[in-house]
Amino acid sequence: MKCNRLVDTGRRQFLRGGVLGAVGAAAATVLPAGQAQAQQARAMLDYPSSRLANIADLVVDQPMDIGYPDADSPGILLKLGVAVEGGAGPDGDIVAYSVLCPHKGFLMSYHAADKTLNCPGHFSRFDCEKGGQQVWGHATQNLPQFGLRIDDKGDIYAESADELIYGRLSNVLA
Amino acid sequence: MAYKRNVDRLPIIPAGAKEHNVTCHYCIVGCGYKAYTWPLKKQGTVDSNWLGVDLTQQQGAETEAWYAPSMYNIVKQNGQDVHLVIKPDVNCVVNSGLGSVRGARMAENRRSDITGTQQQRLTEPMVWRYGTWQPTSWDDALDLVARVTARVIDKDNEDDLYVSMFDHGGSAGGYENTWGTGKLYFGSMKVKHCRIHNRPAYNSEVHSTRDMGVDELNYAYEDYQNTDTIMLVGTNPMECQTNLFLNHMVKGMQNGARVIVVDPRRTVTVDSCEQVAGAENVLHLAIASGSDLALFNTLFTYIADQGWVDADFIANSTFQGEVAVAEDAAHPAALGSFEAARAAVKMTLAEGAAITGLTEAQLMQAAEWIAKPKDDGSRRKTVTGYEKGIIWGNDNYRVIGALVNIGLATGNIGREGGGVCRLGGHQEGYFRPSDAHVGRPAPYIDQLLNAGGGKVHHIWANDHYKTTLNAAEFKRVYNRRSNMVKEAMDARAGATREELVDAIVGAINAGGIFSVCVDIIHSQIGQAAHVILPAVESGEMNLTSMNGERRLRLVEKYMDAPGSAQPDCIIAARMANHLERVLREEGRTEYADQFKGYDWQTEEDAFMDGYNTGNPEVTYERLRAAGNNGVQEPVKGFENGALVGTKRLYEDGVFTRHGREDGKALFCMGNWRGLQAPGKSQQQANHRFLINNGRANLNWQNWFLDQKNDFVMDRLPVPFIQIHPDDMRDLGLKPGDMVEVFNDVGATQALAYPEPTARKNETFMIFGAPNGAQGNVINAGTNELILPNYKQTWANIRKISDATPAATRVSYKSWEVAL
Repeated sequence: MKCNRLVDTGRRQFLRGGVLGAVGAAAATVLPAGQAQAQQARAMLDYPSSRLANIADLVVDQPMDIGYPDADSPGILLKLGVAVEGGAGPDGDIVAYSVLCPHKGFLMSYHAADKTLNCPGHFSRFDCEKGGQQVWGHATQNLPQFGLRIDDKGDIYAESADELIYGRLSNVLA
Repeated sequence: MAYKRNVDRLPIIPAGAKEHNVTCHYCIVGCGYKAYTWPLKKQGTVDSNWLGVDLTQQQGAETEAWYAPSMYNIVKQNGQDVHLVIKPDVNCVVNSGLGSVRGARMAENRRSDITGTQQQRLTEPMVWRYGTWQPTSWDDALDLVARVTARVIDKDNEDDLYVSMFDHGGSAGGYENTWGTGKLYFGSMKVKHCRIHNRPAYNSEVHSTRDMGVDELNYAYEDYQNTDTIMLVGTNPMECQTNLFLNHMVKGMQNGARVIVVDPRRTVTVDSCEQVAGAENVLHLAIASGSDLALFNTLFTYIADQGWVDADFIANSTFQGEVAVAEDAAHPAALGSFEAARAAVKMTLAEGAAITGLTEAQLMQAAEWIAKPKDDGSRRKTVTGYEKGIIWGNDNYRVIGALVNIGLATGNIGREGGGVCRLGGHQEGYFRPSDAHVGRPAPYIDQLLNAGGGKVHHIWANDHYKTTLNAAEFKRVYNRRSNMVKEAMDARAGATREELVDAIVGAINAGGIFSVCVDIIHSQIGQAAHVILPAVESGEMNLTSMNGERRLRLVEKYMDAPGSAQPDCIIAARMANHLERVLREEGRTEYADQFKGYDWQTEEDAFMDGYNTGNPEVTYERLRAAGNNGVQEPVKGFENGALVGTKRLYEDGVFTRHGREDGKALFCMGNWRGLQAPGKSQQQANHRFLINNGRANLNWQNWFLDQKNDFVMDRLPVPFIQIHPDDMRDLGLKPGDMVEVFNDVGATQALAYPEPTARKNETFMIFGAPNGAQGNVINAGTNELILPNYKQTWANIRKISDATPAATRVSYKSWEVAL
């Protein structure tokens, strides 16, 4: 079975417990001031705002490994090359997803030819151009997508997730 | 944008939460799950929880310590709101912790007043009153049902009562509920005009294998792990029996098994087999639609000619002689010995290739993979699974018989790594009095209804409108006939019960039909009903079923019924109580006495009244103890505190399903005779597209709960039809465009989905959808024993609309994984 080498590397690091060894600098986590106190009182989960990369770092169809909301939650930041609903950036084509399959937590690889994420565990696949919709598979949810903000300098920040990430009962771990 | 729940944390199951055994109530595989419930105002913590694991840490793949939002809900239990999590059981041998896209949504598909899920569930009985359905009490609704029913039945004269009743396990079926309805209609009454949930008559879907002595569920799932070749015929287990495929067939391939898939289309199963076993170990026989019989008879002939048969098995375990059962109206082919079958079905490779469209090399390769002894001379083990592709395909009786012939000839039934079994849809859970009075061929109920037959119709979780053949005609007639009764009832608004019953009887004597619908939701045929009775599902009651390897489990009730909904067995009992009362009031004492014996208060009472009388070792207490691994039927005893079951049937080489005292299996002597069912050849000649049809993994059966599940309906808002991109260009179609599929019997609609692996002029449409009934274009033609032929359907296609906004949002990419 052929695997995407970049993601395969990421998977091995993930299984060792530190996916961010390779991309830690790009994904340095910045906690908003006063977050710890806010967590006590507010109804909604507070997500960290994490700088993932700069727009200039991105190449179409070459996903960048990220960790969000923290280092143990592997994902990708991806410039699709075509504008999509929910896409960020001047071209409306930048998206970020968890790459843990919501079925059983296997690490998925990106297939550039049709812009999907594919699971080697049980062959589910998700459409990166349709908000992570499961094209076919066993997961009972679509892929968690990370909300992105891009500042004036072109720095890309992840600031939210829209589904529960596999392997954690709170997207932001205690 | 895809549907997202925006749930970013879930309540944690606390230590000490109640734990219930659950067998998934959807498909026949019956995966084990655990339901956890705990009080609403309590929760576990990251360091004190049901597993005692540290939830501050990211959990790894395949962890037991995670559940999806779809596995969570808030439901009522003993009147109190409780949290509910239903998650796959890692200790169940069926699924080993795997969840499917159906079963892992069980919790979300429970009715909840708090989270608002499944508000479509029926909560109270309803009767047609004042021009619509009005809620009422059970006693009021059942009194009306009993009084009208009593007017059309009498002792030894019950032919005007038509009954559509499920016979399956799981869901709202199971041994309790099939016994409840069975005792009422086949015990207290002898109703002849009845049918089963998914077909227009009361018959077996696999008469021939039974007549040959071979029960259709004869193996253990582990046989897929310990075999040399897996043969899959007209079945798509990656989608339809997902965890049988993932947890057993995949392991078989990893252990070196090859796979033969017989299917006109390239299914996801074919692709997944290639991913696991390598394409060189997968043989996809993409036969011409409906040519299965020619394929099997050719393989049988070739295997026999090569001498790749199990001579000892044939000599010791199969009938010796010529013909044991002659072909007649009840037997669409003669049955007899191996040699008699060889002579009767003989087909050369050239003949087989010409009919199936395969090459002779493919045929020889298939025969070798099935039967050629290994280099050391030892026999090859082959396990065969089949399902609707042939059950609802051309010439059902002969095709299944021909497939079983190969299993018998090669000694692959009753042995490890063998078996010739249907893969199944629902679980099973059949325990009823004899149905012999129904006759064989059984009456073709839907056609009789179309022709004006029947006066009162009791419907138990059937939805003919979505899942019958010739559905367009059925709906037209049934709407008209049931409307006659509605109009009569409307005209007598304010009348006494006696006057109302007279008005109803007047309408049914004029050609109308009085329709009573027992279901968990207000179904499509329920729109025509006059009385609607709310039933419960597995988990809202205790319920026993067996899966595709005859594994019997008890689902423990973990939540309350919606409103005053009742188990079907209890509804049947109360219906019997009311019939007895009404008949006694009318002075029909002797007939009333036939409706005694329904003092059940619980589903366990029904279980003990029915299944336990035939299987006295089996009780709820013992099944609770047996947990999610249960026991494989038949149960042989109770030893050392555990039920003792049967791993696989016929290990002694004695075949009994046909009732023959000699215990010898029979071979089927059915030769190829083209498209058998009436109207098929003509339809093929006059229409461009094959409208192959079946299931997809996402949508369970007729979508009854899924039609209100946002995750499901977001993916495909209307049923899809897969079409080759070149054909789409011909038709001027873009992905997601709405098409009309139309032919000589009706029309339906679907969403065009490009499928590059489809053969040109051969489409595949999903079955059972609420907003595009595929049955509308299936003609009325069946085989001699009234088995429908869905698969051989031809129609034309035209565009009727651009993609709707909902259809525009979804993905039209390939289903085949790219790794």
